[in-house]
Amino acid sequence: MVENKIGSQIVCEALLNEGVDVVFGIPGGAILPLYGVLSQYEELRHILVRHEQGAAHAADGYSRSTGKVGVAFATSGPGATNLITGLATAMMDSVPMVAITGQVGRAAIGSDAFQETDITGATLPVTKHNYLVMKADDLGEIIHEAFYIARTGRPGPVLIDIPRDVFTELGNYDSNKQVSIPGYTVPKNAENKDVQYAAKLINKSNKPVILAGHGVIISKAWEELKFIAEKAQIPVITTLLGISSFPENHILSTGWPGMHGMAYASLALDQADLIINFGSRFDDRIVGDVSRFAQRSKKIHVDIDPAEINKSVRVDVSLVGNIKDVINQIIPLVEKNTHTSWIKHIEKLKNDHPSLEIPKSDHILGQEVVKKLSDITNGDAIICSGVGQHQMWAAQHYTFTNPNSWLSSGGLGTMGYEVPSAIGAQVGNPDKLIWSICGDGGFQMTLMELATIAENNLPIKYAILNNNHLGMITQWQGLFYEKDYQAETYTGNPDFVKLAEAYGIKGIRVSEKDQVEKAIIEANKHNGPVLVDFVIEKVDDVYPMIPAGQSVNELIEGPNNV
Amino acid sequence: MSNHIEQRTISALVQDKPGVLARIAGLFRRRGFNIASLTVGRSEQEGLSRMTFVVEGAQEAVLKVSAQLDKLVDIVDVKDITESNIVWRELALIKVNANSATRSKVLEIANIFRVNIVDIGVESLTMEISGGKQKIDSLIELLKQFGVKETLRTGRIATLRGTLIEGEEDGVFQSEKDNDNNFITPTYESGSV
Repeated sequence: MVENKIGSQIVCEALLNEGVDVVFGIPGGAILPLYGVLSQYEELRHILVRHEQGAAHAADGYSRSTGKVGVAFATSGPGATNLITGLATAMMDSVPMVAITGQVGRAAIGSDAFQETDITGATLPVTKHNYLVMKADDLGEIIHEAFYIARTGRPGPVLIDIPRDVFTELGNYDSNKQVSIPGYTVPKNAENKDVQYAAKLINKSNKPVILAGHGVIISKAWEELKFIAEKAQIPVITTLLGISSFPENHILSTGWPGMHGMAYASLALDQADLIINFGSRFDDRIVGDVSRFAQRSKKIHVDIDPAEINKSVRVDVSLVGNIKDVINQIIPLVEKNTHTSWIKHIEKLKNDHPSLEIPKSDHILGQEVVKKLSDITNGDAIICSGVGQHQMWAAQHYTFTNPNSWLSSGGLGTMGYEVPSAIGAQVGNPDKLIWSICGDGGFQMTLMELATIAENNLPIKYAILNNNHLGMITQWQGLFYEKDYQAETYTGNPDFVKLAEAYGIKGIRVSEKDQVEKAIIEANKHNGPVLVDFVIEKVDDVYPMIPAGQSVNELIEGPNNV
Repeated sequence: MSNHIEQRTISALVQDKPGVLARIAGLFRRRGFNIASLTVGRSEQEGLSRMTFVVEGAQEAVLKVSAQLDKLVDIVDVKDITESNIVWRELALIKVNANSATRSKVLEIANIFRVNIVDIGVESLTMEISGGKQKIDSLIELLKQFGVKETLRTGRIATLRGTLIEGEEDGVFQSEKDNDNNFITPTYESGSV
């Protein structure tokens, strides 16, 4: 039905028609007209964040954990620029998001007006697409187009910039109009001849591995992945972002490879005669030196983005399509198999290179905290992380058993992602247990969102693995910069327990090994947010490690092999 | 993969909207591709423009250009037509010194190259030439003896041939020869003073 409304109303109604029930945002001058109509749309829950980066990461966490498109609001100028880190994070990890920003009035655009910034220009490289809307009449169509682009194909963030006076202008909105974007195609099935060739390679191979990437999670293909792996008995290695696409307590689960991945996973990937890549972009953290990466194997690459094919690693067959659909195409052509000797070999690799042995220490170790958390929650929580040592320990020592239960900034590597992404995950999954594993460094980049958490009484549990260090920096300076430690120690950290209490959040400090378990149980029992400050060993490097740009031959299994 | 720098011709149909060129230019910049030439103009379809790029880069990198371009939402269609049977043209306006003493020599060269004289003054004349890159380069080289005051060149525009002739397509030279032969027919009438 075509209706005359003001721009702000069109925005809200189009969002509701897209099934949006929550937005994360913070107002400012240029976007005030939109906030001016929010009271008319009570179904649209607005969560007031404390910084726009938090809005973007919360929308991202909501999106990753629910599969729906997350939405963020911000004002013009600094509000919009504060979104950029969150947009770039979502872009790198293919997360569907729509950001709506206010812009100065149309007449003022280009005049260096107060709080003006060219945000469509600034966000070109970090969005899948963006719009500057110059007429209220265009709003409805553009919003529906933006959601369509955000969630289809290889998903990504889309930004819509709306001048202040477009929010207040009367316009037409036809909610029945179909989105049509010439030349924008959404791959579904792969070409049959390629599928047949791929199936032939799979049936012929003696030492196949599946490399399951984020694409498996995005296309919700975890059942299909499990089915094909079991049918042909193919070991499954995941990428860092592919974690939780395959149950890690499954006999075929073979960890994750690369810079800090399990040694046995890197070795299995190297020794395989066939790599079946489902939705991973052969990231440099896995590949290292391209010329020495997995040279013994044929490679099948399944990806929805044709530009990823042969981008870094040359492959023998490429299947462009939606992972779920393509696996379903392959399944009937793949013969049952046992791969007994190969699986036995992988078991031996796991035994010979256990990778996850926790060193002995009188102090609490990050690895232990994660391991305990995994045991106590039975691998059943949604885990968020920031970036650094705590992230690697979380990925290594938590045994993920539920699909899509791991949220981490893989591509951009955004410290601070851990605090707001958990907000989005908890809002999207009110009945689930969310643990955010944080470093003391990243936590302080977005800790202002504790106010948002307290305000909404979101029962998120934060575990700070606090070593008063930028741990990964310390590790790199120790290994690659001749122990010239610079700017890696945080001597001015706050008392995190008091900090939590200042926000009205329960805080627990754990300094003794034997208190770890008790604190986790106590946090789980508490009906509200909890911050647990785990005081961990100061210097404890993450192993295994393959230094950047190297190959599995340079793999350092533990501190004694350096 | 070789690091040999090569040129490729890409033809794209794009939405005729503000900012499209910036999106494309931004993509070239951040992926490290160089644009040797770029032409844009309205296409035969309403709301769509056609762009022809000649891009330069290591073979491996350049091959990925069209795949990356295709991801831009505003690009409707993109084809790498380097290896296809194509007709291409460049247009140049060349202002060259020509006084009463040299004018006849300049005009003689102009005649041989079948160019149009689009402006004539006491001390100079301006000619319009279209054709392949080599033909234009050769003309400019020949005119240098008289003193070239200004050279304005468009980028390449290219289209697939209507009739595909099987046989060897000998890269730049073969195509340029074709282009120069074809040049005898209509386009050379089109310039006007």
